[in-house]
Amino acid sequence: MKVLVPVKRVIDYNVRPRVKADQTGVDLANVKMAMNPFDEISIEEAVRMKEKGLATEIVIVSIGPAQAQETIRIGLAMGCDRGILVQTDAAVEPLAVAKILKAIVDVEQPGLVIAGKQAIDDDANATGQMLAALLDWPQATFASAISKDGDTLKVMREVDGGLQTLALQTPAVVTTDLRLNEPRFASLPNIMKAKKKPIDMKTPADYGVDITPRLSVVKVTEPKKREAGEKVADVDALIAKLKSVGAI
Amino acid sequence: MAVLVLAEHSNAALNDVTAKTVAAAKAFGGDIDVLVAGHNAGGAAEAASKLVGVRKVIHADGASLANGLAEALEALVVPMMTGYDAFFAPATSVGKNAAPRIAAKLDVMQVSEVTAVHDASTFERPIYAGNAIMTVKSSDAKKVITVRGTAFKAAEGAGSASIETVAAPAGPFKSAFVSEELSKSDRPELASAKRVVSGGRALASAEQFNQYILPLADKLNAGVGASRAAVDAGYAPNDYQVGQTGKVVAPELYVAIGISGAIQHLAGMKDSKIIVAINKDEEAPIFQIADFALVGDLFKIVPELTGKL
Repeated sequence: MKVLVPVKRVIDYNVRPRVKADQTGVDLANVKMAMNPFDEISIEEAVRMKEKGLATEIVIVSIGPAQAQETIRIGLAMGCDRGILVQTDAAVEPLAVAKILKAIVDVEQPGLVIAGKQAIDDDANATGQMLAALLDWPQATFASAISKDGDTLKVMREVDGGLQTLALQTPAVVTTDLRLNEPRFASLPNIMKAKKKPIDMKTPADYGVDITPRLSVVKVTEPKKREAGEKVADVDALIAKLKSVGAI
Repeated sequence: MAVLVLAEHSNAALNDVTAKTVAAAKAFGGDIDVLVAGHNAGGAAEAASKLVGVRKVIHADGASLANGLAEALEALVVPMMTGYDAFFAPATSVGKNAAPRIAAKLDVMQVSEVTAVHDASTFERPIYAGNAIMTVKSSDAKKVITVRGTAFKAAEGAGSASIETVAAPAGPFKSAFVSEELSKSDRPELASAKRVVSGGRALASAEQFNQYILPLADKLNAGVGASRAAVDAGYAPNDYQVGQTGKVVAPELYVAIGISGAIQHLAGMKDSKIIVAINKDEEAPIFQIADFALVGDLFKIVPELTGKL
């Protein structure tokens, strides 16, 4: 079974994003970028499936600027076999991403797409579900365990009240949650080897997908600031304060 | 104009977030119909008919809708959307799972986790874990919206909408429900609790998490939350997680115990009305947003607080 893993280059998890003064967006100039953390989890899961003999080939795809090649190289160093970069400097919305991925799936014919449940920049949590809809494939979002039994995937999902397990016919789309696995670090020899792995360079036009955004940004602003309150000396003072504001 | 609102429910009962989603739909404008999709969900449909401002309740009942799976909801909702200008779903695990699937079928770009509705095409939503607020205008003919319940206030009063019954989609579907393990608890549900007590990595073990956090939560009749660090370390189950990738809460009182206050945790609780932080590290970022800060050893402070309340 071939596995396709889409990844996104985003602001590094540890960097605090700054809103631009002209309110047009978040400042990405000279900010450390990295792979979306959920996508690292997707790659790790695909690589583990390959190590168990469940997956035969892992194709990593990114849609983004030329620098997204670096993100793909990280995935190749973690164990993906080859990459595809659909190059564009435009911001591509989840719906258009799903359409491009569908076109790639039509060519590559994977048995499984493993995607992160959300990207930590736009927090949309939509691409995997949209891809499953466009392909008419079953979906399991927020996965915390994946196992394979013949042509059936068993996926345990994180839901509001606890855990839910689904059985999916393949091909299918799974989106990953934090507890699925702990991604490995690429070793130096693997980073060197990854440099020889192929990356296909494409554009959205190659797939005939119109990436014109449906949502236009009116403005991006700082959230309301919350002022720091007061220090209380001890438990009695805390209880007195909570009573005074009617919280208890 | 007309809006279809997806109800969040447990079949027997309606979840509070439904009324908040109706409030968001009201800001959008037009007639509001509420879809209760479930199995033996008469109780939830009955409760939905009493929400104020609802034109009618559409009650779809059948085994295929028992577990809120995305494929069945897509089969049910997409044909219905010819009669609606917008689909509003609460940003719960059911809504987040199904709404984008419905949006893609309608060729619509969903607006996720909306926190304000300005007009029928302009919406506010947090991005970067709440570190920025984006206002967007949608050019799609129909809108698909998920609603962050904590940002809207349910309307007061009672309605008496009619209930129309429709058939559940027959399937078969390519995904099937296997099993469910729901956390059993007599405590208020985290996402809608009026008070929340959360523990962080400083609790240092699952035993100590239970020993220190739970009695205080019980004393306050509070829901129990945890930081991602505590969940990752196995001190608390994942459905306790408050933050960007967990639950977003905005209770009247939020008590953060042994939580340093990583950006991703603050994203899930900074809209709480009163925040209390108890932490031994005076420099912890949680203190920058806490209304009342108590610096000290949680293992001494928490039992004392529990005892004195």
